[in-house]
Amino acid sequence: MLNRIFQKKNEFSITHQFGFATIALICFFTLYAPITILVFYSFNAGNNLMLWEGFSFHWYVEASKNELVQEAAIRSVVIAVCASLISTLVATMAALGTTRTRSFRGQKFIFIMINQPLMVPEIVTAVALLIFFAIIKTFTNYYGLGYLIVAHAAFCVPFAYLPIKARLDGMDLSMEIAASDLYAPPLVVFRRITLPLLFPGIMAGAMLAFVISLDDVIITEFVKTAGQDTLPTYMLGQLRRVITPEINAISTVLLAVSLVVVTVFFLFTRKRY
Amino acid sequence: MAPVSNQLELERIKRKTRANWLLSLPALLLLLFAASGPLLIVIVYSFLTPGNYGGVLWELSGEAWFKVLYTKDIFDDTISLSDAHLSIFWRSFQLSFLTTVICLVLGFPTAYFIATRPPSTRNVWLFLITIPFWTNLLIRTFAILELIRNKGVINNSLISLGIISDPIPMLYSDAAIVIGMTYVYLPLMVLPIYAAMERFDFRYVEAGFDLYASRFKVMRRIILPIIKPGVIAGSILVFVPSLGAYVTPRILGGGKNLMIGNLIELQFGQGKNWPLGAALAVTMLLIVLVALIFYMRISQRSEQNDAQ
Repeated sequence: MLNRIFQKKNEFSITHQFGFATIALICFFTLYAPITILVFYSFNAGNNLMLWEGFSFHWYVEASKNELVQEAAIRSVVIAVCASLISTLVATMAALGTTRTRSFRGQKFIFIMINQPLMVPEIVTAVALLIFFAIIKTFTNYYGLGYLIVAHAAFCVPFAYLPIKARLDGMDLSMEIAASDLYAPPLVVFRRITLPLLFPGIMAGAMLAFVISLDDVIITEFVKTAGQDTLPTYMLGQLRRVITPEINAISTVLLAVSLVVVTVFFLFTRKRY
Repeated sequence: MAPVSNQLELERIKRKTRANWLLSLPALLLLLFAASGPLLIVIVYSFLTPGNYGGVLWELSGEAWFKVLYTKDIFDDTISLSDAHLSIFWRSFQLSFLTTVICLVLGFPTAYFIATRPPSTRNVWLFLITIPFWTNLLIRTFAILELIRNKGVINNSLISLGIISDPIPMLYSDAAIVIGMTYVYLPLMVLPIYAAMERFDFRYVEAGFDLYASRFKVMRRIILPIIKPGVIAGSILVFVPSLGAYVTPRILGGGKNLMIGNLIELQFGQGKNWPLGAALAVTMLLIVLVALIFYMRISQRSEQNDAQ
């Protein structure tokens, strides 16, 4: 393996550049080492963050017994599920409206609007929502999770939209044309042909939206009212106090969820040759 | 576009356009409500007077914008440039620039390395770069925190190896912020450079070698000019979120090493000066917009080059 990565001295390779492979491997190492250490210490038996006192699931048990963590976890999942459902639904419709069509007036405007959350710094959107929702709260007296769900759904739209659009762009029109030729009404064509073909894209979009919502810190931190912590904002709050390996345990669980979802996403979007 | 010959066809296109808009409407409304619309309110708020306990009074005032750059002396009303704000702006620029440069130095060889792997293993390397990109930013920052704390892994192992006797203080410094942001944003540099490298035709390099160019010269005169758009894209993709960073400087900068993002938050928290916070947010938005327009013009130019 290693001598395939590092070129042998006498062999002439046109792609070889001095030191590049070394830097790349250092990069991969530094990307994974801190996370690995973090996961490793979540299994520490002792209170100390960095003093290894033997393997145990102590902090996982501790975290799962902590009521604040339980509530935050449930809240995180509820918000992520609702937000990803809403954003995937509207993103699918928008993708159907903006792809496989001759360019129409305002198409660019729609693109910019949909991708806007990717361009504006999150802290700016966060304070904007803080201000806006503060106004709404004084009028409606509603303080529920709705604000967080709507905010998450909005910034998840571009993440749901991109894989769905990519799938639509790559889809063959011939099946749909064949179905219409056989007198299938448009809705039947959509339900029986377009939707099944589009399904992997929709799933991929929903998964990205779910992970993005689950991981969000900044917007949640500004929009939430007291007692509406999600797992990430709970962790951010804990970082100000004495840190125990409980945070490592929560992080590891979140990492595992992201890893599973992203891997499944890759399987859904993988190009088949 | 071909001229449309008959009325019927024109009618059909009109209907299709209307359907396209109707399909996009729910997404547009959602984004208008919870993303774009509130930005307009921020602009309005930046021209109001701060309320006593946070919030605003509905009186027009340019004071927030004045305060972004200037301070008025409380004793003799002399106006001077606000050192506190300027130094935070300047620090944000410096740290973001430094982060971008380090990401480039590390990310370019990495992207090159991935692009020159055989196709069978290339996707695995690519997957390894994408995974950190999709994992929680807070967790990755926290991982760095655990690494460089006074009682963190690095100091502990250096002490137990006998190299140092007292821990090196690394946390709560500008260096810690740069390390954290580099770690968090590195994949954003690698991915666009890889995308440019992937389409690179190595026959150019072969031609270069045939003409007796050295490896260094091949890199500088052939590879770099061709994948320059990818390098610029990656640099902007790292620079923009670095400038807007909030979580990383908050955790690793420890309250005294502020960046613009933390300054904005401060105005909504302890500062209780919402208009100033709004004005600072609009300022950040403008800076980012300039960077993005620059980015779009470059990516458009490279698309045109591709089409030729």
